[in-house]
Parts: sequence; C-alpha cells; structure tokens
Amino acid sequence: MGFKDYCFRKSLWVFHFGGASCNNCDIEILDCLTPRHDLERFGILLVGSIRHADVLLVNGSINTRDRSRLIELYHQAPKPLLVVAVGACGCTGGIFAEGITFAGPVDAIIPVDAYIPGCPPKPEAIISAIVKLAGKK
Amino acid sequence: MAVNLFFFSIFPGLLFLAVTGAFLSWFDRKISARVQFRKGPPLLQPFYDFFKLLLVKETILPKHGSRFIFLLAPVLAVFGATMAGVFILLPVLNINTGFRGDMLVIFYLLTLPSFSYILGSLASGNPLAAVGGSREMKLIISYELTFLLLIAAVIMKTGQHFDLKTVIETQQAGHPFIGSISGVLLFIAGIFCIQAKLAMVPFDMPEAEAELASGIYIEYSGPPYAMIKLAKYIMLFILPAFLVALLMNGMKPGIGIVWAVLKILGVVLLLILIKNTNPRVKIKQAFSFFFIWMNLIVVVAIVLIVFGL
Repeated sequence: MGFKDYCFRKSLWVFHFGGASCNNCDIEILDCLTPRHDLERFGILLVGSIRHADVLLVNGSINTRDRSRLIELYHQAPKPLLVVAVGACGCTGGIFAEGITFAGPVDAIIPVDAYIPGCPPKPEAIISAIVKLAGKK
Repeated sequence: MAVNLFFFSIFPGLLFLAVTGAFLSWFDRKISARVQFRKGPPLLQPFYDFFKLLLVKETILPKHGSRFIFLLAPVLAVFGATMAGVFILLPVLNINTGFRGDMLVIFYLLTLPSFSYILGSLASGNPLAAVGGSREMKLIISYELTFLLLIAAVIMKTGQHFDLKTVIETQQAGHPFIGSISGVLLFIAGIFCIQAKLAMVPFDMPEAEAELASGIYIEYSGPPYAMIKLAKYIMLFILPAFLVALLMNGMKPGIGIVWAVLKILGVVLLLILIKNTNPRVKIKQAFSFFFIWMNLIVVVAIVLIVFGL
C-alpha cells in the first residue's frame, strides 16, 4: 500500500444518501458516530457537501425518483470514490424489491464497493465493514 | 535574500506554521472528542486529511463561474496566513526585522484569508456558497472594528509604539498586559474576535454544516480544498500566537519557550471549550454582540488605559 493510498484509507469522509428509507438504517448509521462507537477514531467524518466526500453511503430502497439523483450525486463526487450500500434495501431491495416504483438495488445503478446487509445492520457490522473497506486494496 | 526566503518558506514560515497548525488542529478535534466522551482521531489525522486531498482527490471546477478566481482564492488565503504568521513570529522569536508599524500590516494580512474565501465562494457560482459568502462579509464587518480597537488599545498601552517587537519588549521589561484590568477586558474581546475570525461555532454561520452544507467551501474539492485546510491550520496557530504576543508577553528564551507553548495551548483550549459549549448565534445577534458589547468592552479598556489601569 503506497503513501497516497494509505492517506486515503486513513481519512474517509462520508456523504450520506438516504433513498426511500424507513429510517432504521439512518438511526444505526448515526449510532456509529455516537460516543459508544465513535467512527472518528478511524478518521471518518460526516461531510455536508458531496464535493468533499470519499465514501457515498447509500441506504434505503432506490425508487424511480431517487435513481436520477443518485446518478447525479455519483457524477458530482470527486474520484476516487467508494460506494457503500447499507441495509437489506440498499443491497438487494429487501421487501420493496417487488414494488412498482422500485428502480433496482444500488449496484444496478452505480458500482458498489461494499455491501452491509441487515435490516437494519448493527453499528458493529457497519464498523466491521468500514475496517474491511479501509484495509481493502 | 536567502535568509528571507528561509524565513518565509521554512522556519517561522510555511512549513513550520503548517506542521504546528496541523497538530493544533488535531488538538482541537481530540479535545472536542473528549468533551463529547468520544475517543477522537489519531495524532497524524490532519496530515492524512491534507495529503489525501492534495494527492489523491480529483479537482472539480465549476461550470458556471470564474475558474481562475476560484483557483486563485485558496492560494491567496495560504499566502495571507503565511505572511501574517511570519510577521507575527519574527518579533516573538526576538529576531529584529527593523519594520516599524508591522501591527497594521498584520491586521490587514489577517483579513486576507477571509476575503479570499469570499472571493472563492462567490466565484464558484453556487447559491449556497453565495449565502455563505454574504454571511462571511457581515461577520467581517462585525468583528473587524473590535479587532482594530483592540490593537489600538495595545498600542496606547505600549506608549504609541506601532511595532510588535516593542510591544513584547515593553511587557517583558515590566509585567504582561493581561495582569491589569484593561488587559483582562482586552483578552475577553480578543478571544471572541479570534473565535469569529476562525469561524468557530458560536460564529460559524459562513460554514453552517447544518443548513448550508459547509457554505463557502461547498464547491471546493481536491488540492484547492487542501489549500483551504492548510490556511485554516495556519490561522488556528497564528491568531492565538498573536494574542499571546499582544497581551501575554510573547516568548522569553530558555525555559520561556515551554511557557509560550503552554500559553498558546491554553488560549486554543479556551477557544475549543467555547466552541463545544455554545450554540450558533444568528448573524444579527453576532452583529449586535460585537458592535455593542465587545466594542463597549474595548472602549472601557481604552478609557482605563488612559487612567493608567
């Protein structure tokens, strides 16, 4: 792992995109930033602007209206960018997979680097995914 | 010439200011984390952030807007912060520049980063950045008068000497200005001015994570954003250093170096604690806070100085 790559893995700034979520995953993601789990130990920050983001965190089922916005956000972000799909809806569609407004799981729209399954995934699972992502070559 | 180049680029200049400022930025994040009962980032985190932005990330230029000014603004911010830092640190390190009236130059150079943020945000063509830029303008209007009055008060206390070296020598010969009533009042006003200059939380309306999504910096990515981070690191170091030089007798040689470091850390700690225990004020509240209360405090201090207190 070179110096550039090491710096990138040690400082992942996360932009959170919530699709048509039931908010359970959002709560678990916010849980990761609380004193108990504290993702800032790994250099992870939540940023407000997609221009500063290194990780695009997508949760919730993506419906036809979210689809164009997700693609737009993906193109607005500076590369390299990692995409993480959180929760059953983000990974596969979950219980909404048969719905009429469902526009495909995240990896049918943009390339995904990590999947965190669960409905909702526990904060420990999210941290484990982040650690694996930071060690990934 | 070579000595000047060394001053501006290495020792009290860019490299030293950047490294010290980055460690102070870590101190800021670590103390904020401890205040919130978190563990906080590792020691080298600011360096990881900086090198990631500088070396790894892509630069995206705005489609509608002035690209030249958009890219010039971060460089201008780093330039202003570095120049101000050199002019502040040379007298503190007891190196005679022979420059009379450098306090006013420092005052103007310290506003340069804020002005360049405004330029950059308005050049980016983003409406949220424009809102942030106009807020930053109002913030500058509100705190600059207080800051100028503060410097004027220190100049009066020294006996009409306009150079920082004489200010420090006067304090080291007598006793630090903060030991008097007027000094304490000036220190209070100075702390709030620095808070507003650094756009820390009670006065962070230009950035406004919550509603503007980091406002004035919203369009910056990659190396230009790394430059902005660098300017912010440098400002976090030189503004407390300036306050220490103005009111708390700068740095004496020998064991005094440890004291100077502790004084700067103390001022930064105070800033961080204010940042972590206060909500953001509205721009109107910030305006009246500085224009009525802080100016009143400084004017009272000036009156006390006239009576020799």
